[in-house]
Amino acid sequence: MSAAAPVISAKNVWKLFGPSPESYLKSLPEGRSFDEIRADGYIAGVKDVSIEVGRGEMLVIMGLSGSGKSTLVRCFSRLHDITGGTIEVDGQDVMSLSERELIELRRKKMGMVFQSFGLLPHRTVLENVAFPLEMRGQDRHDRRERALEVIKLVGLEGREEYFPRELSGGQQQRVGIARSLAIEPDIWFLDEPFSALDPLIRREMQDEFLRLQELLGKTIVFITHDFDEALRLADRIAIMRNGAVEQCDTPDKIVMNPATEYVAKFTEDIDKARVVHARGLAKPVNGHALEGAPIDGGATIHELARVLVNDNRILLPVADDQGVVTGVLERDAALNVLLGAD
Amino acid sequence: MATLSTDLPGTAGKPWSRTRVLTVLLVTAFALILAKAAGILPEWLNRIPEAAIPPTAQVLDAIFSFIQNDLGLIYVTRFIAEGPLEFLLDTSANLLEGKRRWPFLGPIPWSAIAAVAAVIGYAVGGWRLAALGAGTFIWTAAIGQWKIAMQTMSVIVVAAPLAFLLGLGLGIAAWKYGWFERMLKPILSVLQTLPFFTYLLPAVIFFKVGPTAGAVATITFAIPPMILMTTLGLKKVSPEVIEAGQMSGCTRWQMLRHVYVPAARTEILVGVNQVIMLCLAMVVLTAFIGMPGLGAKLLAMMGSFKLGRSFEIGITIVLLAVTLDRMSKAWVVKQPVHFERGTPWWKRHQISLVALGLFVGFILLSQLFPILAEIGRKQHLSQGKEIDVVIKSFLAVDIIKGTTEWLRWFLNVKVLIPFRNTLLAIPTPAFILLVVAFAYWVGGRRPGIYAAIFFTIVAFSGWWDRSVITLYTVISAVALATLIGIPLGVVAARSAYWSKSILLACDTAQTFPSFIYLIPAIMLFGVNDVAVVFSILIFAAVPLIRYTIIGLGSVPSEMTEAADMAGSTRHQKLMSVQFPLALPTMAVGFNQAIMFAFFMVIIAAFIGTQDLGQELQRTLAGTELGKNFVLGLNVSLMALTFDMAISSWAEKRKRALGLD
Repeated sequence: MSAAAPVISAKNVWKLFGPSPESYLKSLPEGRSFDEIRADGYIAGVKDVSIEVGRGEMLVIMGLSGSGKSTLVRCFSRLHDITGGTIEVDGQDVMSLSERELIELRRKKMGMVFQSFGLLPHRTVLENVAFPLEMRGQDRHDRRERALEVIKLVGLEGREEYFPRELSGGQQQRVGIARSLAIEPDIWFLDEPFSALDPLIRREMQDEFLRLQELLGKTIVFITHDFDEALRLADRIAIMRNGAVEQCDTPDKIVMNPATEYVAKFTEDIDKARVVHARGLAKPVNGHALEGAPIDGGATIHELARVLVNDNRILLPVADDQGVVTGVLERDAALNVLLGAD
Repeated sequence: MATLSTDLPGTAGKPWSRTRVLTVLLVTAFALILAKAAGILPEWLNRIPEAAIPPTAQVLDAIFSFIQNDLGLIYVTRFIAEGPLEFLLDTSANLLEGKRRWPFLGPIPWSAIAAVAAVIGYAVGGWRLAALGAGTFIWTAAIGQWKIAMQTMSVIVVAAPLAFLLGLGLGIAAWKYGWFERMLKPILSVLQTLPFFTYLLPAVIFFKVGPTAGAVATITFAIPPMILMTTLGLKKVSPEVIEAGQMSGCTRWQMLRHVYVPAARTEILVGVNQVIMLCLAMVVLTAFIGMPGLGAKLLAMMGSFKLGRSFEIGITIVLLAVTLDRMSKAWVVKQPVHFERGTPWWKRHQISLVALGLFVGFILLSQLFPILAEIGRKQHLSQGKEIDVVIKSFLAVDIIKGTTEWLRWFLNVKVLIPFRNTLLAIPTPAFILLVVAFAYWVGGRRPGIYAAIFFTIVAFSGWWDRSVITLYTVISAVALATLIGIPLGVVAARSAYWSKSILLACDTAQTFPSFIYLIPAIMLFGVNDVAVVFSILIFAAVPLIRYTIIGLGSVPSEMTEAADMAGSTRHQKLMSVQFPLALPTMAVGFNQAIMFAFFMVIIAAFIGTQDLGQELQRTLAGTELGKNFVLGLNVSLMALTFDMAISSWAEKRKRALGLD
């Protein structure tokens, strides 16, 4: 999935909290569990994680609270210093950066959205959005222009002069999003951006977010504790537990083949037909005789329900969005998914 | 022993159980007392012999004089005093009261200041505060106290901003560097319990008599809460706001300037409020080192028993205090409001423009009508003599005279004097043991150990009897205040209306400079021990009432509802649900009452006492820094002992109840 050169590449990353984490990590025997480490007086915020994020990819990190997902993302942007392993962003080892270089990196390449927005209460919407630009010393006129542009992008026109407390939660998060986009970052971190919002607004914001992503095509690391949200948004999902990544894969594969029991618990109640795409379930063509019109590989099984029920072919050709046949779908297997009979 | 169920789980199983320690302490103490009663106690166990008392004061004097003269600190401080500080004070004095110094512009007409105060009041809190602001200054001018009030204000307008800046800077440093905070913490808690006379003398010696010394003492006195509030505010900034700043690529300075300090705005402004109020309280007290102003006038009037004039000055001080407090508090809660896009410039700055317009307008008007500039001796409305007559004839009414005289007799003869004699009769070691037992019983091991250390220091300071008298006054006043304050708080807490009104009254009363409390005490009881206790009593009752109401009000409604549904009577509900849950909060009030009492007992020296305060006040006339310091430290150590014991109890109790 990842492109030739990953934007973020983490190798064997550890983040331990405790009295002297570095020396403890050095003496740490292989395969010590989270609970054993805790018994030693340390908390493994991130435990031996290796993960890559490709350019333009949306990686969703999913986990319950305390699973280490927020910690991991803060390691990527070096809001936390890691205890062991390496993290490279655009080929640069973030731990080797000086304070100045780190500030430069954040000023040019990174944007972040926070769960409870993290807006500065004494600044208006416009001033909040322009804040990162002001910090990097852009002149007043430029930053105003750019800020107005992103404010418009997130649909907050006319509210430029409001203070955060005068806005609803959804609107405040739009400000947070606008601020994170103001510097036109390459990498966009979103830390449970919609968790503090009520369900209806959350849905609306997810749609809005997908629209923005279509428009901007950024590299995204998105954190959530909501499995449905993860399935809805992700190119790939990394499921975390006790600081470690349990499984990192596409939504289709996670739903169809959960790697561990823990992951399986999440997928149990999911209506798989709404998640799994035809191309995800398709097998390679090799040698099968195919006939008839191909079906759209980008459609979910649920969307294909009518075709699957009415069509009487045993094997259905699957085409990509260019119309080229890329695989073959066994109708029976697809019907099983649709009926929820594994 | 555990009548108030102070026993917490986890104290059992130690080699020395609580009960055993307490028994040993108390038995030893009583054995000593009995021995003395039987006449078999050797004198060196009754009081520390003179010969054994180290010459602390002399040693300190030598150290001070070394720092002052040999290290040349006095040149530095004198330079500051005569240079920048005096310049600022002269400038403000010129503008406000017309002292003949640069810039030779003042005095600003009173009407212009009253107008600006009204506009500021309107800007932060609407018409009511506008009326309060204008009213205060109009009253001050009309009653003929403008000049002395401005003498006081001219120090405040210099001291408060300086105390704010220093407090902010130190607060930021304490937040940034852990070691600095750890170093600062004990100094601050000593500073906050140190009697104000101890601030005054060094100020006089190092910064020469007059407004500069007054300003320095005031600044030192006002800084500690500013430091604490700044550190508190900076620590409370939400981690996401901090991370948002970091992700925006802030440098360290940008973080501080654009993220931390603005996000801690509320706490910092609360600090500003406290700085202003403490400055006012202190400036009034600098009368004791001869600073002219409201305090000095009040002191003189009370000294010559001119109750009417004292009363009027008291009102002026109270009005100033309330105005400054309300306005700065309104500023704390005031949130910025946005203007619609395209609002013209003059509309955005409307309020500043109105203020400027009125200011200039009244200056011009006062050229035409001199009464708007200054209200002369013959024109003011002071009714000092008339009020004097009214008060005196009111006090001479038989019933009132009878009541106050009976009270005075009863308290003096039946309560205070016997109590004092009892305390003085207790041998020093027994006294220390009793205090340690109290601190240990209430607060636990650490407060107990500190109590032992602190009171031993007091015993060896050579001022034991006077310290005991100070303690006796404090204990009597706080005990009486408890008897009055807690029932009052309980009754008030029953209805929302009374809770609110009494809380408001308490909050207002807390803003008054402590000096004010002397006025009714002297009026009612004249100059004696009862007046001293009475003035402390009303001062200390305020926090007691306040925290009783707050404590009872903060009991979660599910719990009182559960008690109601369990069929408990009002009394049962109060005793078994509300009190236990409110007790930790009430303890905070009790603690504050004791601290206030220690503060007030020193001021009451003015009425005439035989305690540490009296000695302290005497040192002000001379240059005995060492003695002044020892006396001040004694007060501080005794206050800290109680503070530690009670706050430790309140904290443990809160944790045990899962409050907080």
